[in-house]
Amino acid sequence: MAAEALGWWGVPLAVGAGAIRVSTPFLFVSLGEVVTETSGRINLGLEGTLVMGAMSGYAISFYTGSPWLGVLAAGIVGSLLGALHAGICSLPKVNDIAVGIALLLFGTGLAFFLGTPFVAPQAPNLPSIPLGFWSDVPQIQAALKVNVLFFIGVAAAPLLAWALRNTGVGLMIRMVGDNAEAARAMGYSPLTVRLWATCFGGFMAGVGGSFLSLYYPGSWSEGLSSGQGIIAVALVIFARWRPMYCLWASLLFGGAGALGPALQSVGISQGYYLFNAAPYVLTLVIMIIACSPDRTLAGAPGELSITK
Amino acid sequence: MGGFARGSLGVLLPPVLAVVATMILFAGFLAAQGVDPLTAYRLIWLGAFGTWFSWQDSLVRAAPLLLTGLCVALPAQMGLMIIGGEGAFVLGALAAVAAGLAAGNLGLPDILVQVIMAAAGICAGGVVIALCGLLRFKRGVNETISSLLFAYIAIAVMNQIIAGPMRDPGSLNRPATRTLPDNLMLGTIPGTTIHVGLIFGIIACLAAYICVYFTKFGFAARIVGGNARAGRVVGLPVERMILAFCFAAGGAAGLGGMVEVAAVQGAVSSDISTGAGYTGILVAFLARMNPLAIIPVAVLLGGLDAAGGLLQQRLNLPDATMLVLRGVLFVMLLSADALQGRLTRYLAPRRLPVTV
Repeated sequence: MAAEALGWWGVPLAVGAGAIRVSTPFLFVSLGEVVTETSGRINLGLEGTLVMGAMSGYAISFYTGSPWLGVLAAGIVGSLLGALHAGICSLPKVNDIAVGIALLLFGTGLAFFLGTPFVAPQAPNLPSIPLGFWSDVPQIQAALKVNVLFFIGVAAAPLLAWALRNTGVGLMIRMVGDNAEAARAMGYSPLTVRLWATCFGGFMAGVGGSFLSLYYPGSWSEGLSSGQGIIAVALVIFARWRPMYCLWASLLFGGAGALGPALQSVGISQGYYLFNAAPYVLTLVIMIIACSPDRTLAGAPGELSITK
Repeated sequence: MGGFARGSLGVLLPPVLAVVATMILFAGFLAAQGVDPLTAYRLIWLGAFGTWFSWQDSLVRAAPLLLTGLCVALPAQMGLMIIGGEGAFVLGALAAVAAGLAAGNLGLPDILVQVIMAAAGICAGGVVIALCGLLRFKRGVNETISSLLFAYIAIAVMNQIIAGPMRDPGSLNRPATRTLPDNLMLGTIPGTTIHVGLIFGIIACLAAYICVYFTKFGFAARIVGGNARAGRVVGLPVERMILAFCFAAGGAAGLGGMVEVAAVQGAVSSDISTGAGYTGILVAFLARMNPLAIIPVAVLLGGLDAAGGLLQQRLNLPDATMLVLRGVLFVMLLSADALQGRLTRYLAPRRLPVTV
């Protein structure tokens, strides 16, 4: 009975629950990319890293029976792809955007190849915390089942913000990103700092990918990611390279991504595909509003190619 | 060695080295999968260019790549990196079918309807990519990201339209548009199974090459690509040139979509998103953004596509094998860029006058 009583209230509830569920990959990818971009480099290949993380996390969870080992493996694979990006970018005359595009294609291709045997079998998924235990409305219970990775991501945002602002490592990353010459004069190697920053970004993107295959939607297929990695990179620009803004932006994009399925669940299937495109449209609109042709964006790292 | 020969060697050597390095790495990858690399390479050759049958297959697959390669290479002349050709391709196909189904009933000659279909495809694709250019100079929105977002939006719009307003009531399980009547389908080159889309692609590449390298407009575009501020200082209409190049680029991809639907698929379903737009990125990079070089590169990658089926049949390798090969090739190619200039310096004669 309670289920029908909910009626139209199901839509905002599903959007809210979806915001939490769908936002987690955005959150991880964007937090990693904040660090990479703060060091003065952009990694557009995170879409490929995300898919590779999803595949390897699923495979390891399947073989070991432990989804957490899967998450770890996804992170390690992601950081290897990050190292590859950083390694190629440290060669002279190489453009980081082009390398990102190449790794986007390479990562997805490799994931599809290696992932072929894992399309059918079911691997153990990540557990969730039933925060809706107090209610006896099934939708509310379902909506408040929150994955642990979401909380880790939420905790990581202020931690990263603090670390970038207050620690020596954070200062070093910011200095390399703002003025590589100055950093070199201080005795830091920009290439090494960017290598670690890109590896960190890859690790986070890999973990974000493992969320896709190990929790929501919770299985491996080739259509698993549809541009979440690219949206997350755009989201970093919108968030002005601030980890806390990434958190809010991820929730917003997660909510937009949940709009289509939420409307479908109350029987509105008209325009289903268009509602599914909501996150892309939202990204585009926000970029149009946030960017400006005349001035460099406030808070942009000085060495970043994309804002020059 | 003459200056010209040395110059072209310096340009050609890095991509050739990249191809060699890719073949070695990919051989290792195959060996790790328990597949004999030599057998695999023999099959790739056989499936791509070994017989007249496979040549025709390769050329058919090269046709859309010629056009989607241009979608990346043309804006690159102006320093823009557009990677959303897939969106222009899909919308071009949809617009072409819409135009063909609408104009087909007017009693016009077939050839005229086909021209209208091509124009519709070109316009649909051109507008999308021109929009990316417009956002770039009006609002400073990064065109690489916006074009990819547009590709996802375009595919969603296409899915919506084929599931709704343009759905063929007969397509029960998978939504699709109505099929184009046979008289509106593009023909083949006499004596072959290759459709005339290949000729469209080659003409487009030649036209782009002449425009970029032999006209004042193309020269101006390359100035802007080198340094937009310098272009503005000498009074070039940078904004209008960006729009023109982006429209032409998207138009090429849109024409590719028209060819795909009017020569191969006949109707638009979700199968229309073949990934040709993404392969076009690799084609353009491998051709070093030179429209003329796109022709052989597209044939090469079309050949790899054609060979994928044979690898799957004979060696039981998954479809994605060719994606891995392409990915490795792309990564190697960019790494080889670092060699550019260094090799020529090494090859240059020392203390000799350059005129030989």
